[in-house]
Amino acid sequence: MATYSTNEFRSGLKVMLDADPYSIIENEFVKPGKGQAFNRVKMRNLKNGRVVDKTFKSGESIEAADVMETEMQYLYNDGDFWHFMDPDSFDQHAAPATAVEDSKLWLKEQDTCTVTLWNDSPLSVSPPNFVELKITQTDPGLRGDTASGGSKPATLETGAVVKVPLFIEEGEVLKVDTRTGEYVSRVKD
Amino acid sequence: MTSWQPDATLTILRQRAQVIKFIRSWFDERGVLEVETPILGDAGITDPQIHSFKLEDWYLQTSPEYFMKRLLADGSGDIYQLAKVFRAAESGWRHHHEFTLLEWYRLGIDERALAQEVVDLIQHLAGTKNLKPVITTYADCLATLGLDLFSAHGRNYRNALERAEIELVGEFSRTALRELVFTELVQKQFADDHITVVHDYPAEDASLARLSQRDPRVAARFEVFWGGLELANGFHELTDVAEQRSRFMQDNQQRRADGLEEVEVDENLLAALAAGLPDCAGVALGFDRLLMKILDTDDIREVISFRG
Repeated sequence: MATYSTNEFRSGLKVMLDADPYSIIENEFVKPGKGQAFNRVKMRNLKNGRVVDKTFKSGESIEAADVMETEMQYLYNDGDFWHFMDPDSFDQHAAPATAVEDSKLWLKEQDTCTVTLWNDSPLSVSPPNFVELKITQTDPGLRGDTASGGSKPATLETGAVVKVPLFIEEGEVLKVDTRTGEYVSRVKD
Repeated sequence: MTSWQPDATLTILRQRAQVIKFIRSWFDERGVLEVETPILGDAGITDPQIHSFKLEDWYLQTSPEYFMKRLLADGSGDIYQLAKVFRAAESGWRHHHEFTLLEWYRLGIDERALAQEVVDLIQHLAGTKNLKPVITTYADCLATLGLDLFSAHGRNYRNALERAEIELVGEFSRTALRELVFTELVQKQFADDHITVVHDYPAEDASLARLSQRDPRVAARFEVFWGGLELANGFHELTDVAEQRSRFMQDNQQRRADGLEEVEVDENLLAALAAGLPDCAGVALGFDRLLMKILDTDDIREVISFRG
């Protein structure tokens, strides 16, 4: 397995620490007087998302993490696992709830997602930035009120709830920004 | 992507030129001679913590110290230099692989008197920032954390770091732990409007300083900090050639232990010491860092024209 020395540390580099994969966020070089140089490293644990600060001696090496981001098509959810397929190799991967987390609210069959694989199993899933989802439930709004800026909740086919303008009706398809969870526009047929 | 434009603004470059002009007149008034010494020299540095760039059989100098000491031994009297120096594997907000050192030597004074001169110069340049000088010792700094420099074990330093939630990865020697405690827990506490002089570094950090006559457990070495930023490092210079040779040998022993390439000892420097280095104190001040503080910037790359 490849290793990286502290002077190769840069943002985005994936490394192993205490048997967990981490992504490096920031790396600061610190050298006192004529003594030992250090690296203050901010890094994110890719399994639980926690950000930690670690101090390394400069020149120290740690193992690279076999972490890869791949584009995959979301297939279906069998109740326990969310299944994805690599569109090139047709390899299928099953992601547990711990990897899918809140992304499940935006997963629509056939959509292309970013799946982070660690040692070939899904570690995390990011939905596309924008998804188009159908409204399964929303209260009727006031007709003609398009300018007031009022809003109401709408439940989408995936179970996500977004705020929508009052004129939006059940059965319509919405474009939603998954990064903010906000309604963007109606999708016309 | 190409970016041909300089890293520093023209305003900063003009201020940089002003500060250089002031420094030259300041030394001129005090009768200190400006000198220039080679940037590319035939000797490297044995210090295991400093890495040179090597070009064929030549070394880009990491400090002008050895050449300047050869001038002193030849009878130059008080000298100063604004020297470009190079250090491999150093880069960050406060480090750049090429930087400018203001280095000077004064005859017949000790490191405490020289430290006062450093404070005077910095206070002049800081002007209305009105820096308050604080004089302390390395042992007193550690004592504020409940650590005794002369008896603390590695685990005492490690506990202090753990209490401050500083998590270490890998093996750290007792010395490395002590240095980390100083950097993370002492130096960061220095107030922004203070200029702090820390005297009496532990003997193992003596480098090219003599040991203190008052207490041989410490070296006649000081450092100067503006706020939490280390600016200068000074010595009452070691003149004993046998002692200096033995320290160079120890450096190379450490290099072998660390798996680093050994560096040939600079025999010309040792010959100069043997011929007689006058009693003197010397200091190296990071000129770019001084500018960072004068101009209130946090990134060394804002005060150099190009990062190269």
